[in-house]
Amino acid sequence: MSATPSVPVDTPLLTRPRAVIVGASSGIGAALAHKLAQEGYLVALLARNQDNLESIAQQINHTAGETQAFVYPHDVTDYDLIPSLFQTILRDLKKIDALVYVSGAQFPVGISEFEFEKDRNMLEVNLLGAVAWLGQAAVLFERMGVGQIVGISSVAADRGRVGNPAYNSSKAGLSTYLEALRNRLTRHGVNVLTVKPGFVDTKLFRENAKASFGVISPEKAANAIWRAMRKRKQQIYTPGWWRWMMLVIRHVPSIIFRRLSF
Amino acid sequence: MTLNGDAVIPLPTDRLARLENFGHSLSGPAYLYRPTEIEQIEELFEIARRHGFSIGLRGAGRSYGDAALNNGGVVLDLQRMHRILDWNPQTGIIKVDPGVTIEQLWMHTLEDGWWSPVMPGTMAPTLGGCLASNVHGKNNWKAGPFGEYVLEFSALLPNGEHVVCSPTKNTELFFGLIGCMGILGVFTSITLQMKRIYSGNLDVFAWAEPNLKHILDAVDSGKEDNDYIVGWVDCTPRGSRIGRGQLHTANYLAPGDDPSPLQSLRSESQILPDTILGLVPKAIVWRFMRPAMNNMGVWAGNTAKYLANRTIGHKKRYLQSLVAFNFLLDYVPNWERAYGSGGLIQYQSFLPIATAYDAYNEMLKLSKRRGLPSYLGVVKRHRPDKFLLSHAVDGFSLALDIKVSKRKRPGLRKLIRELNKIVLQAGGRFYFAKDSTLTAQEVSEYLGEETVNNFKALKARCDPHNLLQTDLFRRCFTSSNSEQ
Repeated sequence: MSATPSVPVDTPLLTRPRAVIVGASSGIGAALAHKLAQEGYLVALLARNQDNLESIAQQINHTAGETQAFVYPHDVTDYDLIPSLFQTILRDLKKIDALVYVSGAQFPVGISEFEFEKDRNMLEVNLLGAVAWLGQAAVLFERMGVGQIVGISSVAADRGRVGNPAYNSSKAGLSTYLEALRNRLTRHGVNVLTVKPGFVDTKLFRENAKASFGVISPEKAANAIWRAMRKRKQQIYTPGWWRWMMLVIRHVPSIIFRRLSF
Repeated sequence: MTLNGDAVIPLPTDRLARLENFGHSLSGPAYLYRPTEIEQIEELFEIARRHGFSIGLRGAGRSYGDAALNNGGVVLDLQRMHRILDWNPQTGIIKVDPGVTIEQLWMHTLEDGWWSPVMPGTMAPTLGGCLASNVHGKNNWKAGPFGEYVLEFSALLPNGEHVVCSPTKNTELFFGLIGCMGILGVFTSITLQMKRIYSGNLDVFAWAEPNLKHILDAVDSGKEDNDYIVGWVDCTPRGSRIGRGQLHTANYLAPGDDPSPLQSLRSESQILPDTILGLVPKAIVWRFMRPAMNNMGVWAGNTAKYLANRTIGHKKRYLQSLVAFNFLLDYVPNWERAYGSGGLIQYQSFLPIATAYDAYNEMLKLSKRRGLPSYLGVVKRHRPDKFLLSHAVDGFSLALDIKVSKRKRPGLRKLIRELNKIVLQAGGRFYFAKDSTLTAQEVSEYLGEETVNNFKALKARCDPHNLLQTDLFRRCFTSSNSEQ
C-alpha cells in the first residue's frame, strides 16, 4: 500500500461523514471546507493551486487538532484523470457522504466580445468538469443508497443576458444537469442540492463585478449551503432574497429583456 | 498532506457495491469480487498490489462488527467457492472449499451419523469464516474452538506462497491463521474431523434461575455432566432480579438410546419449521418484533418469557433436534432487522471464573442505569486454547446484544468505554467476530504486547505489502481509530 493517510475507522458508535470539495482553494469552496470540517466532516480538498489547498488544510487540521483535511491537487479539465482520482479519494477516505462541486470560471467579456477560448474554458470548468465529477459521485451514491450531491450554480443560470452568454449557459447547463441528477437519484435515497449564489465576495466576483449591492461573504454563503445540506433541500438562493428577485427577472418578457443591457 | 502522484488505473465501477455488517450498524462501499478459482484470487492480489488497493476477505458476512468490511477497497467474497472436495463416512473426515457453509456441512454429513464437534449459533457462516474467527459453540469448555478439529488446511498467502498447515506442520502459521480474521492469508481448502453421533436429537433440559449469580453457578456446575450448556440472561429488570434467566443443557444420545436414528438423522427431521405454532410465517416475525424493540417492550417481553420459563417451562426435559438446539439464531430469520435502522452491536466479553460475577454484575447494572440495557444476554462456559489471537479464558462469556440508535449513540459510546475498562481490569478478553468497539490500545492490553508483536511479525512475513486489510484490522491493529 502506498502512503494512505490515517483516516479514522468508522465504528457503529462513531461514524464521521466525509465530503469531497472540488474547487476548495478559495472563495465559497474554501469557506465550505472550513464549515464542513467544523461540523465534523473529514474533507478532501481539490483545486489546481496546491499551495492554497495546503494552507487551508493546515488551518483546518490545526484548529481541529487532528488530520481532518486531505489535499488532492487537480485541474477539473483533466477529465481522464477523474475516475482514478475519485477512486483514490474513496480508497483514502473509505467512504464519501457528500460531493460538492464549486469549481467555476468566469471571465469579464465585452458586450460584443466573442472569444472562444474564454467561452470554452468557462464551459469546461463550470459544466464539463461538473458532469465528470458528479457522474462519479452519482454512481457511488446510487449504489450506496445514500449521499448528497451539491452543485454551485449561480443566479446567472436563470436568464441568458447580454453580459456573458457562455457563463450563463454553463451555469444553466449545470442547473439542468443537477435537476436531472436529482430526478434520477432521489429514488435511490440521494439528495441533490442546487445552490444559486447571488453576489458573493470572491475573487471571481471581484474580477467581474459591475454591480455591487447585497454582497455577502463566502462564509455566509457557506453557512447557508450547510444549512441547506442539513435540511436536504433541493435548491437554494443565497442570500435568500435572490429567489424573489429572480422570480421577477425570470418573468420579464423577452420583448423587454432583449432591450435591457444588464 | 498531499496524496497525488500515485494515481491509479481505476477498477471497474461495476464492481462497486454496498456492504454491510451483520448487525446492520455499519455499511460502506467496496469493489466486490466473487472468485471461483484460486487462480483468480492470485490474480486479484496482483491487481490490488498494482493499483495500491487493500483486500478484505469476506464469507457470509455474519460478523457482527467490521470484520468483513474493507471500505473504499477491494472485498473478496469467497461464497462461490463452495465445493465439498472429499467426504469419508467411515472416518468422518471432510475436505471442503472455504465458502462451504455450516448448513452445507451438516446437510452433507448428518445422514452418515457425523456432526461438527463445534457449531456456532447459526448455520449461515462459511467454514472459511468460521476458521478465520475460530468460532465456538455452546460446548466451548469441553470441545474447545472450531480450530481444534481442523486436521489440515491449505492457504494462499499474500506473498504468493501456497502453504499447507496442520497442528504438526507449519505450526506457527496453523495457530496464527486460525483466528486471525483473514488478515494473514486466504484458506483455500479445509480438512475437518467430524464427531460420531448416534441420533439426530439431543437430550435437553431447561430450567429457570432467579439471578445472575445462580445462572453463573449453574453454568459452572453443569459442565461436568453435560455436552452443552447455555444460559439466557434477562438484562432489563431492576435490582437483584437483574440477570435472571433460563438455562439449557443438552447431551448427545448414546448408541441405542434413539430407537430409529436413521429417521432422526435425516435432514427432513432437522429442518426448522417455517411457521411458529404452525400458523405465523417466521419470515415476517421480525417485522412484528421491531415496534417492541425498545426498553419498555423488551422488558415486557423478557418478563413474560421469564415467567413462562419459571412456570410451565421449568425443569422440563425433552428431545430436540441438533439443528434446532445449536442454531438458535436461525429460529427467527432476519431477527437482527428487528433492531431498526441503527442496527445492533454485540458486546461479548470473556472473563475468568474468579472475577466474572462481580464484573458482569457491575456491567449489567451500569447499562441498566444508563438506560441502555442489553435486549438479549447469553452466558457460556469456556476454556483457553493455543491459538495466537485467542479470545478464550477459563471462565465465562457474556454476550450482550445492544440496540444502536442515533439518539443514544453518544451515551452508548461512553458506556462501552467504561465496560471495556471493567473487562480489562477483570483480566478479560474479547472476540473479533463480535467486536465493534475495541481500540488498538485495548487490544494490545488484553492480548499482551508480545502476542501483538508476534502477530505483526507474522503479518509482515505473510503479507509484506500489507495487502490484506479490513476495517477491523485497521481499527484494532493500527492507530487509525478515533476513540484514542
